[in-house]
Amino acid sequence: MRRDRLVTWLLRIYLALIFLFVFVPIATSMVFSFNSDRFPSLPLGGFTWHWYDMVYKDPDTWEAIRTSLLVALTSSVLATFIGFCTAYTDFRYRFRFKGAYLALALLPPTIPLIILALAMLAWFSKIGISGRVGSIIVAHTVLCAPFAMAVIRLRLQQMDRDLESAAWNLGANELAAMRHVVIPFTLPSIISALCLTMAVSFDEFMIAWFVSGLNKTVPVMILEILQGNVDPRINAIGSFVFAVTVTLVVVAQLLFSAKTTTTRS
Amino acid sequence: MKPRHNMDIYALTWRLPVLVWQTLFFIAPLVFMIAMSFFLVKNYRMVEAFELVNWMKMFSRDYFWDSYVLSLGLAALATICATALAFPASYALAFMVSDNIRRWAIFFLIIPYFTSYLVRIFSWYVLLAEAGIANGVLGYLGLGPFTMLNTAFATIVGYMALTLPLVVILQTLSMANIDRSLIEAAHNLGAGRLRTIVSVVVPAGKVGLIVGALFCFILSFGDFVSPYYLGGSKPPTLTILITDTTKSGQQWPRAAVVAVTMMATLMVIAYSAIRYAYNRRQP
Repeated sequence: MRRDRLVTWLLRIYLALIFLFVFVPIATSMVFSFNSDRFPSLPLGGFTWHWYDMVYKDPDTWEAIRTSLLVALTSSVLATFIGFCTAYTDFRYRFRFKGAYLALALLPPTIPLIILALAMLAWFSKIGISGRVGSIIVAHTVLCAPFAMAVIRLRLQQMDRDLESAAWNLGANELAAMRHVVIPFTLPSIISALCLTMAVSFDEFMIAWFVSGLNKTVPVMILEILQGNVDPRINAIGSFVFAVTVTLVVVAQLLFSAKTTTTRS
Repeated sequence: MKPRHNMDIYALTWRLPVLVWQTLFFIAPLVFMIAMSFFLVKNYRMVEAFELVNWMKMFSRDYFWDSYVLSLGLAALATICATALAFPASYALAFMVSDNIRRWAIFFLIIPYFTSYLVRIFSWYVLLAEAGIANGVLGYLGLGPFTMLNTAFATIVGYMALTLPLVVILQTLSMANIDRSLIEAAHNLGAGRLRTIVSVVVPAGKVGLIVGALFCFILSFGDFVSPYYLGGSKPPTLTILITDTTKSGQQWPRAAVVAVTMMATLMVIAYSAIRYAYNRRQP
């Protein structure tokens, strides 16, 4: 079966090429964030911290990072709370129009961001909450809640339904059962959802760009630098953002896989 | 296992947050945007009204239809490219590697979605430039230099950066779930690898293939960054039309017309794709 081996090898090489395509831009950006030439090209120039230094000394960067962190922290907490409520409702109750209810809860990520951005800009101006940091928080919560819901719902799937009723039979009321059974059980997924939604919010630029007014988040700042000339500062900021989000995702992933190894009670 | 009836305060506490939040800040904006497409703009101020004038203005302009056709065409091309490019990779991941490697591969394919899309597009801008790295590498091989930026090619590269990992993931998951005995049966009946793919793997993995393609279409159709920065924004896609109209001046109602048209188009396409995906299992 020589032909079969050949096909196998060709497919492996092809797979490697696909991964190359996916990771080349990420690697390029990191490499060139330390490259001294103004226009990134081969061969590489010397090693430099210059771009990081420029970004570091720019007060706008710190302002943007502060805004981004505030937005990401607040909207992740709100989104995770809403996501938890929805996931628990879906887990425990059956009611009329549940299909529509779940559709409403899960729909936002399927609408193109640019359409949401325009709609939210118009609506926020209409009700008088546009152009503030709070507007970005509200918008990002809408976008992130479905992700939180999905993560927590997957965890609840592993919970034995009898666990909660056992607590009731032992005399716990519903709130106590929630506090001592459901929340501890879902805790890894709650933290996982917090990290995930924070990462989503930290990267989102379209809605933030439309509704934020003068309050720039980090990605909006990147967008505005991008509109100028080729500027290696983007690589420096980008590598920093990458470090932040990958840390969040790895933490989320660790907790996510930790939960599959815990006992299924 | 429900100790009391459905509608109590405890149940409502969990049910209401998402209803309230998504109604106020998700449904209301979309409904308002549809209404806004009928508003008027007078003296640079938006006036609430119910007039068809924005719709007639936009629909009678050639540039709108040019953008529409361009956006549809680019998104369709991206969908075909992504589906075709992803298939061999997904096939390999589904059938030729261990479960462990497949899990890791999928994890690595998710990572790009947590890197800034903007930064990746900037990287592609640098890579594809006239004096950039792609041309540098091609130069060693005695080819080029090619003008790649500001062409449809660059836009498609950007769309692939956005969608390809997701399409590979969705295709892989659907194909990995195909019953292996089906494939063995095909082999036993004397079908070669290609024949097996065409008459067993593709029909059995149909839902994943179509859902992947649909996501690729939605994401590409709604993307503003690739056609703007890599494709050179001329002629503009619908997304660029929306940003330009919104950001420069008060013509929000016209931007709303474009957005509502996009949404209607996507709904029709999503509906037909999903119907096609779940419609009668392959004979």
